[in-house]
Amino acid sequence: MARAWVFGDNVDTDQIIAGRYLVKLDPRELAKHVMEAADPKFASKVRKGDVIIAGRNFGCGSSRERAPLALKTAGISAIVAESFARIFYRNAINRGLPALTSAGVRRGFKTGDKVRVDVRGGKVRNLSTGRTFKVEPLPDFILTILRAGGLLPYLKRSIGKTAKQSSL
Amino acid sequence: MGMTIAEKILARASGRKRVSPGEIVEGSIDVAMTHDIEGPMVVEGLRKLGTKKVWDPNKIVIVFDHQVPANSIDAALNHIMLREFAIEQTIPDFYDVFEGICHEVLPEKGFALPGRLIVGTDSHTTTYGAFGCFATGIGSTDMVAVFTRGELWFRVPESVRMTIEGRLPKRVMSKDLILKIIGEVGADGETYRSVEFVGAGMRNIDMAGRMTMCNMGVEMGAKAAIIPPDGLTTRYLRGRARESYNPVYADRDVAYVEERSFDVQKLEPQVARPHSVDNVGAVSEVEGLEIDQAFLGSCTNGRFEDLVEAAKIVKGKQISKRVRMLVVPASREVYLKALDRGILAIFARAGALIEAPSCAACLGGHVGVLGPGEVCISSSNRNFRGRMGSPKGKIYLASPTTVAASALEGKITDPRDL
Repeated sequence: MARAWVFGDNVDTDQIIAGRYLVKLDPRELAKHVMEAADPKFASKVRKGDVIIAGRNFGCGSSRERAPLALKTAGISAIVAESFARIFYRNAINRGLPALTSAGVRRGFKTGDKVRVDVRGGKVRNLSTGRTFKVEPLPDFILTILRAGGLLPYLKRSIGKTAKQSSL
Repeated sequence: MGMTIAEKILARASGRKRVSPGEIVEGSIDVAMTHDIEGPMVVEGLRKLGTKKVWDPNKIVIVFDHQVPANSIDAALNHIMLREFAIEQTIPDFYDVFEGICHEVLPEKGFALPGRLIVGTDSHTTTYGAFGCFATGIGSTDMVAVFTRGELWFRVPESVRMTIEGRLPKRVMSKDLILKIIGEVGADGETYRSVEFVGAGMRNIDMAGRMTMCNMGVEMGAKAAIIPPDGLTTRYLRGRARESYNPVYADRDVAYVEERSFDVQKLEPQVARPHSVDNVGAVSEVEGLEIDQAFLGSCTNGRFEDLVEAAKIVKGKQISKRVRMLVVPASREVYLKALDRGILAIFARAGALIEAPSCAACLGGHVGVLGPGEVCISSSNRNFRGRMGSPKGKIYLASPTTVAASALEGKITDPRDL
């Protein structure tokens, strides 16, 4: 069962993955240090499928794509925040990590609560309290990218399709 | 109704007569920049996608600036990977470890031109907006798409107009103004928006100062920060511009989503306290706080004009024994000019460490890493927890003159008092 990890406002990219780890290309190396400055125990305790619940401006700061990559590799299956910084938002979607916006969501969860995220249905449910929060619907093209597992798999597939069509 | 600068540039780049905020458009990219941190991720992505040849090697710029010269085997491996990529793809504008920080190098080499659409795998790509172009930061996967097809989707941003009036008082810099603005609007105050800095006050701010302001536009969430070109822009670009350009200006009848104005005549030096860039107050609020390190450099404030203003304060004096002051010119051009004019000697005689051009202490991976409990006053752009090393370190952001004054006194000091 997915558990919630709750963070506040302005969780910046240096908290998600610090600059000194950016020389690493192996996502598993990055995952070992994810959220280190925000919660040193996070990386060792996070489990596959867990969800981050956060306040405003999640992912502000750098364009480093290792931020969503490290979170996804560590097992995070979705981030639900009151708002996102622009570059992080695009990077998360491009990496196939759902980034969902929901007003007031942060106050509705505490770390450890059981959580279920319904990306297509546009809601997130706190199974520990029974409360449900609406999330802003994602445009179709973003859902398509997420379903493909990210922008690269999506592009690869569409390039494959075009090649097939042109060879017919 | 008329269009803003951002709308005009995105309309031109997407082959449309007009665009409106909220629309999604596909824009042709004029310049795409990457560096030694995100570059290797771009190369990996291109391999995964199966891109054999980039769309246009002449529109790509690669700069090594974050980990230069390599300080670890991992960094050296990243450099090797990207160097080989630049050679294999015959990218003429590849700047190895010698040249400086991307956001100083691209303007110097004449890539940041009015009216252009520029993307870079660095959030501070907004810097180039000082030249009247639309420039924004993207991640490595988006850059894979750009390197492959030369296009990227954009949501046309709403535009905000900030009117600047007056002339900055002595020893108060454009850094103080942009910190003041960020403190007022907040770290996410302009998220997704394009901010235009206009007004008579902007005419009194030189290109270096304008770059500082646009550089930090992203610290209030902005997608782009743009200054309409004028005589100062033309003068800077003379002999540098890669090609001819067409300046773009906002129409008179534009509906901005927000308008703000700032009179700088009585502006005091500002400081952003840990651990958020919008935690801003006047220097008097933190005056006397003891520091361990003073960093003068970065893509925000490592330009020649910044070094000159700081040198005026340091000249003939000694830096406090309890402080290590790092001076890192933003580029080789800045370094050489500061060397030739005796500016670097002023800092060295005062006891500062002069480092080769790079991002240096700003991102905490290389030069000037902070230990637990240490305090740094920095001319850079971010004071996030752990940004400069230990999460228990503290970063105070300020202007080059405040950094210089504080280095002399060993504590945060108002530069107007010296």
